[in-house]
Amino acid sequence: MQVLITIVSLGVFCLLAEIFNLRKLLVPVTVIGLLAILGISLNLWAIDPSIDSNYASMIAVDKFSNAFNSLFIVLTIFLVALSGDFYKEHQTKISDFIAIKVFLLAGAVAMVSFSNLAMFFLGIEVLSISLYVLAASKRLDIKSNEAGMKYFLLGSFASGIILFGICLIYGATGYFNVAEIKDLSSGAGIPVWFPIGMVLMIIGMLFKIAAAPFHFWAPDVYEGSPSITTATMSTLAKVVAMATLYKLLSGLSSELIPTFEMVIVVVSILSMTIGNIMALRQDNVKRMLAFSGISHAGFMLMAILSLSTAAGTLLYYTAAYALAGIASFAVIIAVTRDSGNELTENFNGLGKSNPLLAAVLTASLLSMAGIPIFSGFFAKFMLFSDAIKAGYLFLVIVGVINSIISVGYYFKLILAMYTKEASAEKPAVPAVYYLVAVSAIVLNIALGLYPSLVMNLLN
Amino acid sequence: MDVTTILLLLLIGSIATFFAGDKLASKVALIFSLGALGLSLYLLNLLNQGANISYIGEWMSSPKVSLAFKADGLSMAMVLLTTALTPLIVFSSFGNSFNNSKNFYALVLFMSFAMVGTFLAVDGLLYYIFWELALIPIYFIALIWGNGDAEDRKKAVVKFFIYTLGGSLFMLIAFAYLYSKAGSFLIGDLYQLELTGTEEFWIFLAFFLAYAIKIPIIPFHTWQAKVYQKAPTVGTMLLSGIMLKMGLYSVIRWQLPIAPSAAKAYMPILIGLSIAGVIYGSIVALRQKDLKKLLAYSSLAHVGLIAAGCYTLTLDGLSGVVSQMIAHGFVIVGLFFAAEVIFRRYETRTIADLGGIRSQTPQFTSMFMILVLASVALPGTFNFVGEFTVLYSLSQVNIWYAVLGGTTIILGAYYMLKMFQNVMLGETNTKVFAEVTTNEAITFVAIIAFLLFFGLYPKPIVDLVTPSLNEILAVINK
Repeated sequence: MQVLITIVSLGVFCLLAEIFNLRKLLVPVTVIGLLAILGISLNLWAIDPSIDSNYASMIAVDKFSNAFNSLFIVLTIFLVALSGDFYKEHQTKISDFIAIKVFLLAGAVAMVSFSNLAMFFLGIEVLSISLYVLAASKRLDIKSNEAGMKYFLLGSFASGIILFGICLIYGATGYFNVAEIKDLSSGAGIPVWFPIGMVLMIIGMLFKIAAAPFHFWAPDVYEGSPSITTATMSTLAKVVAMATLYKLLSGLSSELIPTFEMVIVVVSILSMTIGNIMALRQDNVKRMLAFSGISHAGFMLMAILSLSTAAGTLLYYTAAYALAGIASFAVIIAVTRDSGNELTENFNGLGKSNPLLAAVLTASLLSMAGIPIFSGFFAKFMLFSDAIKAGYLFLVIVGVINSIISVGYYFKLILAMYTKEASAEKPAVPAVYYLVAVSAIVLNIALGLYPSLVMNLLN
Repeated sequence: MDVTTILLLLLIGSIATFFAGDKLASKVALIFSLGALGLSLYLLNLLNQGANISYIGEWMSSPKVSLAFKADGLSMAMVLLTTALTPLIVFSSFGNSFNNSKNFYALVLFMSFAMVGTFLAVDGLLYYIFWELALIPIYFIALIWGNGDAEDRKKAVVKFFIYTLGGSLFMLIAFAYLYSKAGSFLIGDLYQLELTGTEEFWIFLAFFLAYAIKIPIIPFHTWQAKVYQKAPTVGTMLLSGIMLKMGLYSVIRWQLPIAPSAAKAYMPILIGLSIAGVIYGSIVALRQKDLKKLLAYSSLAHVGLIAAGCYTLTLDGLSGVVSQMIAHGFVIVGLFFAAEVIFRRYETRTIADLGGIRSQTPQFTSMFMILVLASVALPGTFNFVGEFTVLYSLSQVNIWYAVLGGTTIILGAYYMLKMFQNVMLGETNTKVFAEVTTNEAITFVAIIAFLLFFGLYPKPIVDLVTPSLNEILAVINK
């Protein structure tokens, strides 16, 4: 709870900074504040997992939520650090944008720390509404408006479905409280509303993580939104939604029924395959990463199949994926900030004109493709070995074939960087991009060299 | 002192080369690779004295992965092949100039590091990581510093990458499955697993995909010739001299002992496919117009015979395989270097444009001739020892395998000598062929000396690998 309160206070501070004319200091101060909150969050690690009864059992501080909260805070630090330069043309609004990002983090923290479905819904709404605003934040750009509108309409529909699901679960059990619902769900005589409610909630969450067949919004919204918002959506928001889905399922019922597992398998296969095949055809980098994100959602869904043991794997996969995503978006924003579009052509000859950024982007793409020593490899490997243990060899084979396909489009970008000639002179890039890109990829590689750092946290 | 020092030295060498700058890069790379050679000879000496130079340490607790490097005769032989060829390959490139040479030589050393790691690792996941790591440097070496049309090259290199990565990923599934059974990746634990027939079949198949693509065995060879042709000569040497031996070594170390009954049950198919590669490679080599492509197909034929030797599951077969791997590694590096020497002077690799070189440079001609003869396994060269032992083991399994496999010698002699005739002999070429430089001569002499010495006295190598091969055979026949 301390984490949530401090984050919200920081958000309020960001709003106030506008009044006190602290624009210049805003980004560094927010980053420092977030670092302090990260410290608080890590400090809670030693505390026994217990439900904080002071807040009407709304928030559960356990290792799962703590670990994911820390990951979210790290990601937000990177995103806020990038915002400083990204919004430098919009100085009058910068405090709003930063504040929205901090509030978004508050929503994310509420989503993985809930012990009451009301808190869960609050979290998801805070997160989603922040994202709608950010998606449409390039006010004069028609594409950004379209993205925001599309995301808002479809997203609020999904929220409605989730709310409906929560109502049905309440009707079936009489509780919003997760622990009580779990007790009742394993007993006999649970009304049919309960599974229906679960399914509705899960559909809503699948929409939020952009898993096929609920993925149609993702490419358009990713492409239309300002790049920094796309980075937020594809790293932070996706990871949050995935962790929440895992927590929902493991929190509400002790294990999945076989029919339901089958549905997850099908959704996972569909997401991987559709995401990868569509990504092959894209020449816009943001769209390509949107589809790649869909396929990664498919991979992450594999973790749901071994609910009781896969928390560590999911944390590792999400961390690996999100860090690679941050590193690649830092480079993408740096390269395309003056060109007005994100076509692959912008990256031609980057290997010569800016070897460091090209190397970082290559490393992050290799990580996403699952090539060893980058953490993406271990993430995939652990997911696969969990799925094999759970008896889903077939799913793993589909996953492997998809990994091979994914090399096709990740390497398209690498080829462009190293084999094509640059068309125009590239302007200098501010140091903050180097800083974010390099530190994200270094973290990624560190996780690859010492997977135990993260893997053992939740076991 | 244990084998990790070689790995560390090569890794540090790679980093040092990168920071040495473009001017010094090649020299720094040479120094470090020579250092690695000296170190591995020293460690070999320790091993022969009975010292324990293996290393095992914890890496991760869940999944349980150890940093396990085992040095027995077999892996030391392969490590020595790598560390002996790397300085040769680096040295052979002194006559070329590369853009960004610090990156180039750093990648070469990094690849050498990854290959040494593959030969030493005895923990499944660690081995897999080194196996994959070796792929990234060669991808960039071939892509950035390759020759020919960029679009063509891109296609060939990407195909190679996706092909090999795809095969390897199936091996990864096999490892994940084995881990779920054994609870460990250590090779000793995997050897002891009792698998059912079906399980063995699928695991064997998954390994086979990875290795058949890397070696390559027909019908997984389609990436090979184009990549050999398009890659810079250094890359081709690394690929054909060392990297494809990773596949053959892995068959002996991992595939056969883990799934022995599948290997026995499918022996005719496996040997048949390998020998098909011998005949196919030889026939296609006959019709090649490009010198590098001809050598690529000749390599396909030779490697097919080596693979056939692996699947005989006899001591003779395996020991012949190791000898032939080493011999082929040296001879193919020499031959590709000869092609490079010609290219440096005539700027072409098309056989029809060559000819009439002999009268201008008898020194180069004789060295090239010895390499050609070694490649067709003339008695007295190390290749003869290897090829003969493999053919002998094939004849023990079935005489027809030996007869068909033996065509590699006959056809090989035909296309290699025909190539030699077209390239070197004939009327004096109008273009001047400069005499080989000292650096070039040193490379040739080193290779030839090695091949002749061990051709006449192969005992050290055979003695080195036999105990470890016996251990592996004991697992296969348990």
